[in-house]
Amino acid sequence: MPISVNERLILEKKAHELRLLCVNTVMWAGGGHIGGALSAMDILTILYYKYLNIDPKNPNWPDRDRFILSKGHIGVGFAPVLADKGYIDKELLKKYNHTGSDLAMHLDSLKVPGVDASTGSLGHGLSIAVGTALAARLLKKSHMTYCLLGDGECNEGSVWEAAMAASHYQVTNLVTFVDRNKCMIDGPTEEVMGLEPFAKKWEAFGFIVKAVDGHDFMQLSEAIDFALEEKSAPVVIIADTNKGCGVDFMEGDYKWHYGSLDSEKVEQAFESLEKYYQKRKGVSRNG
Amino acid sequence: MASGLTYTMLDATKLSTSEIYGAVLCELGEKHPDIVGFSADLAKSTKIGLFQKKFPDRFFNVGIAEQNMFGIAAGMAKAGLTPFVSTFAIFATMRALDQVHTDICYQNLNVKIIATHGGLSFGQAGSTHHCTEDLSIMRSMANCQVIVPADGIETANAVEAAYYTPGPIYIRINRGFDRRFYDRAEYGFKIGKAVKLTEGTDITIIACGSCVYQAVEAANILANADGIKARVLDMHTIKPIDKEAILEAVHDTRRIITVEDHNVIGGLGSAVAEVIAGSGKGCAFERLGIPDTFSIIGLHEDLMAYYKIDTNGILECARELLGRDFEADDDWEDEV
Repeated sequence: MPISVNERLILEKKAHELRLLCVNTVMWAGGGHIGGALSAMDILTILYYKYLNIDPKNPNWPDRDRFILSKGHIGVGFAPVLADKGYIDKELLKKYNHTGSDLAMHLDSLKVPGVDASTGSLGHGLSIAVGTALAARLLKKSHMTYCLLGDGECNEGSVWEAAMAASHYQVTNLVTFVDRNKCMIDGPTEEVMGLEPFAKKWEAFGFIVKAVDGHDFMQLSEAIDFALEEKSAPVVIIADTNKGCGVDFMEGDYKWHYGSLDSEKVEQAFESLEKYYQKRKGVSRNG
Repeated sequence: MASGLTYTMLDATKLSTSEIYGAVLCELGEKHPDIVGFSADLAKSTKIGLFQKKFPDRFFNVGIAEQNMFGIAAGMAKAGLTPFVSTFAIFATMRALDQVHTDICYQNLNVKIIATHGGLSFGQAGSTHHCTEDLSIMRSMANCQVIVPADGIETANAVEAAYYTPGPIYIRINRGFDRRFYDRAEYGFKIGKAVKLTEGTDITIIACGSCVYQAVEAANILANADGIKARVLDMHTIKPIDKEAILEAVHDTRRIITVEDHNVIGGLGSAVAEVIAGSGKGCAFERLGIPDTFSIIGLHEDLMAYYKIDTNGILECARELLGRDFEADDDWEDEV
C-alpha cells in the first residue's frame, strides 16, 4: 500500500534530521563521504523508518531483515541512522574517526551493532546479500535482505557476478537499490566509466528494473512494495539521486564525494538543508 | 577419532587426496545440516562435487566467479551456516583475495576454504595454475588458520578438525594422488601441533604437505647410510605455528631444515625462521622451497626434484648443514 501524505511528511522530517546529524558527524569526524551519504539518505530513511523489520535492542535477532550497505564508505550517513534508531549512543558520533573510536569511515560489523556486514571495498555487498538471502531460503525463514549499491561501484565486475547469481538462483527475497547520484571520486560516472544504458544492463542480467526519483518517498515506497510482491525475478530499484542532496553548494558536484566542513560551512549547510526541507514539505504527490 | 570417521589404508590407497576430502565432507554433511558447499565451476576438479551429488540443495556452483563465491559464502556464514568453499589455491588466494580478506577474515566468519592444486602439484598447467604464494598470503590474514596436510589421511583429519574449529580456515591440498604417508587416522592430529615422525638429535627437518613424505625418506637414508639421526616434524599447521616443537628442535638438534612446496619467502620456512630469530638461539638453518621464481613446467615429482624439495634435495642440504659452523650462545642449557 502506498504511503499516506502524513507518512511522507514524517519521513521528510526524519530525513531532514538525519541530514543535519550527518553534516554534524562529518564535522566531528574531520571529514567524510558526505556527497553520497546525502544522496542515499532518503533510501536509508524509508528503509529504517518504514520497511525494515528489525529490533535495535536485539541487533542479532536471527529473523530480522538484513541491510547490506555495499557502498560502505557512507558510514557518516549510516551511523547517524543507527544512532537515531538506538543501536549506538549518539554521543559516539562526536568521536567518529577519532583514534580508538568504534566508528570508522567504513563501519565494522564486529564493532557497531546493527551493521550486518563490514563493507568498504566496493563490489562486495551484493554477493553477501545474495548469500544472506539464499541462507534465509535454505533455513526456511521469511525475512528480506535489502542491499544498497553506489552507481560508481557498478564498475566492479563482482557486482555483475552477483547480479548473474541473483538472477540464476531467482533470489526474490532480496531488494537491490542503486544510488544513482551520477558521481564518483574522479568525476561524473559517464565521464570516468560510462554506465549507461544502466537499466538495460540490469535487465540483461535478469532483473526487473524500477527507475524512481530517489528523493521521492512515494515513488520509493511504490517501488519497494512492488519488489516485495514480485516473485518472478529479482528487482533492482535504480534511484535517481543528487550527490550532496539538500546542500546547495554540494548538489551534483562530484568534488563533494568526500569533504570536510568547518563551522561556517556547517552553518551554510544547515541553512540550505532547512530550505530544502521546507520545499520538500510543500511538494505535492506529483511535484 | 571422536566423530568416528572410517578412513582406512585401503581408502587412502584408492582415493586421491581431494577425493578423500570430498568423501569426508559428505560424511560431515550427513551429520551437520549447517554445512553448505561452494565451487566456481571446479566441483569436479576439487572433488567437492561429491558433496554436490549427495546434497544438491546445499551446494552452489556459482560459475566462474570466485569473488562472488566468497561473498555469498560470507553471507551464508553470517546466517549461521558453515560454508566449505573449494577452488584452485591460486584463485582462492589471489583472484578472490579481497573477498577472502574483507568478507571472511576481517569479519571472522566461519568459512572453510579447501583449496586444491596447491604448490606445483598442477605442474604441467604452467605458472598461471601453480600456487607457491598462498601460504605467505594466507598467513598474513588475521583470524585465519592455515593448514597443509601431508597426505589424504591427514587431509581427512584436517577437514574434520576444521569443521569443529570456529573461524576462517585455509586448507591447502594437492591435485591428484599424494604419496601416502599415514596408514591410519588415529595419530593425534591437532591443529597447531606438529607431529614428530622420527626421533633425532643431529638435525631436524620440518616439512609440510607433499614434502613430509620426502623428509621421512631422507631421514631414513641419513640413518642408514650416514648414521645421522634426523628428527622429522610434520608441521601441518603453518598458522598458528607450533613454537614449542620448533624451539625444542633447536635445543635438541641445533640444525634445522625447512622444506615446502612454496616460495621460500613467506611460508613454512619464514614462519619457522621467525620463531628461531625471536628465540635468540644460535642454530644452523636452511629453507628449502621454490627459490622466488616462477616454476618450470613438468610433473609434480620432477619439479620437486628440480627445486630440491624431494628426498635427494633434502639429503644434499642435510649433509651440507651438518658440516656448517654456527655460533651457539653461552647459556644454552639454561633456557629450554
